[in-house]
Amino acid sequence: MGRPVAITGVGAITPLGMGARTLFERWAAGQVGIVDGEAPCSDFDPVAALGPKTARRTDRFAQFALAASDEALTDAGWLAPPDTDSESTPSGSPQPTPPGGAKSAPDSLTYASDRIGCVIGTGIGGIGTIETQQDVLRDRGAKRVSALSVPLLMSNAAAGTVAMRHSLQGQSFGVVSACAAGAHAIGTAVRMIQAGDADAVVTGGSEAALTGLARAGFASMGATSELGVSRPFDARRDGFIMGEGAGILVLEDLESATARGARVLAVVRGYGASSDAFHLTAPEPEGRGAVRAIEAALADAGVAPEELDYVNAHGTSTPLNDRAETLALKTALGDAAFGVPVSSTKSAIGHLLGAAGAVEAIATVLALRERLAPPTLGFAEREDGLDLDYVPDSARPLGNGRPAIGMSNSFGFGGHNAVLVLEAT
Amino acid sequence: MPVAVTSEAVEEKVIETIVSFGGPEGEITRASTFEQLDVDSLDLVEIAQVIEEEFGIALKGDDVKDIKTVGEAIDLVVSRA
Repeated sequence: MGRPVAITGVGAITPLGMGARTLFERWAAGQVGIVDGEAPCSDFDPVAALGPKTARRTDRFAQFALAASDEALTDAGWLAPPDTDSESTPSGSPQPTPPGGAKSAPDSLTYASDRIGCVIGTGIGGIGTIETQQDVLRDRGAKRVSALSVPLLMSNAAAGTVAMRHSLQGQSFGVVSACAAGAHAIGTAVRMIQAGDADAVVTGGSEAALTGLARAGFASMGATSELGVSRPFDARRDGFIMGEGAGILVLEDLESATARGARVLAVVRGYGASSDAFHLTAPEPEGRGAVRAIEAALADAGVAPEELDYVNAHGTSTPLNDRAETLALKTALGDAAFGVPVSSTKSAIGHLLGAAGAVEAIATVLALRERLAPPTLGFAEREDGLDLDYVPDSARPLGNGRPAIGMSNSFGFGGHNAVLVLEAT
Repeated sequence: MPVAVTSEAVEEKVIETIVSFGGPEGEITRASTFEQLDVDSLDLVEIAQVIEEEFGIALKGDDVKDIKTVGEAIDLVVSRA
């Protein structure tokens, strides 16, 4: 285990509403953000959250990340709580604002700005912009394609605009690994701090792929649910539900965070990642790649399987994932797999693709802090071999007195596996 | 059919476009600088596209790179009519 890394702030925009705690509280209460077979962030108003200028110059996936970053930095004590409406109305006397609509000067941050990184994952990036501008190209010609097309659609736009908004001048880039991107981003951020390349990193994942092309593509390959129901690990599951949103976390070197008197939400105990190198989309049927990632994360954490109090599963509600993930948990955790509550956030908000790993890490942090495992909603019918404790029906109290330890799994098309081990403080 | 190019028509269109970008409504004049309005080079290209569509006057990146004020932009468009 390298230098311990603290999580000091979280923010999330999800189909259950605005805010990380809104997500956790509503999921734990059994609420579902899925409407008509899809999970949009209906409460999100980009102009209200970011102002008209920033909203126009960003794709929806970057908008989610920007709004979630404001919440996370405020939660970490890096930003003052927002003035009501000051960002959403044009100022009386126009003042130049930094690109990206920055609201915080470097000197309001806790660390030297060039010691703060920004790493944000996404599955696809600005696919809404790609589709809109493709329409413009076809219908109105090349000269009408927006000059903002590329800066909006590029997969690193969330990382770039979040860095600009908060003047984060350390390393900054996007991470692309389909549905593991959010977890890979966090793991990369942890390593950046452990290596001494940054004192703090704003990290997470973002996705806004509720578009015609993405919807049709996932449906054509049979990945999404025809029935329009997300019920991970249930025998009747028939595919995932597409969702959108973002999760952003503020990570700091634990020693530095403690020195500044920060409230530490959790510590990232371990990170492990691997590749199936097996198939473009299907998991290795025995979950061997996932096993290697889980084992690596536990070894990095110095945590034994029986010490885990909670597992936040990838749990997509696809026939293949939920079976392979169950097998992987049994192989990696041994008998301890049968004693630990395993639940899937996707039962409440669908699959947020490149945002999923980050949003689910945040849900895990809050579950560990509240000592409450939210349920796998919709789970009722068992399937042979899927015999773990999936926390059916309602949330379950966790624990045995000491700070709770949990694991969050993320697996992506392409065979990418990323696993985080987290401990509440 | 492109709209007739008058200084008034171009001014109205340029200001309307900047307002649609989030600029301060009712406060933009010919003397306003793009820096004050937080309009950067990418926004200027977008404005040029709106002008071409509306008035049929094509501006290139080189044409607008030295433009500093709303008035200079309007004069440039009118001079190309």
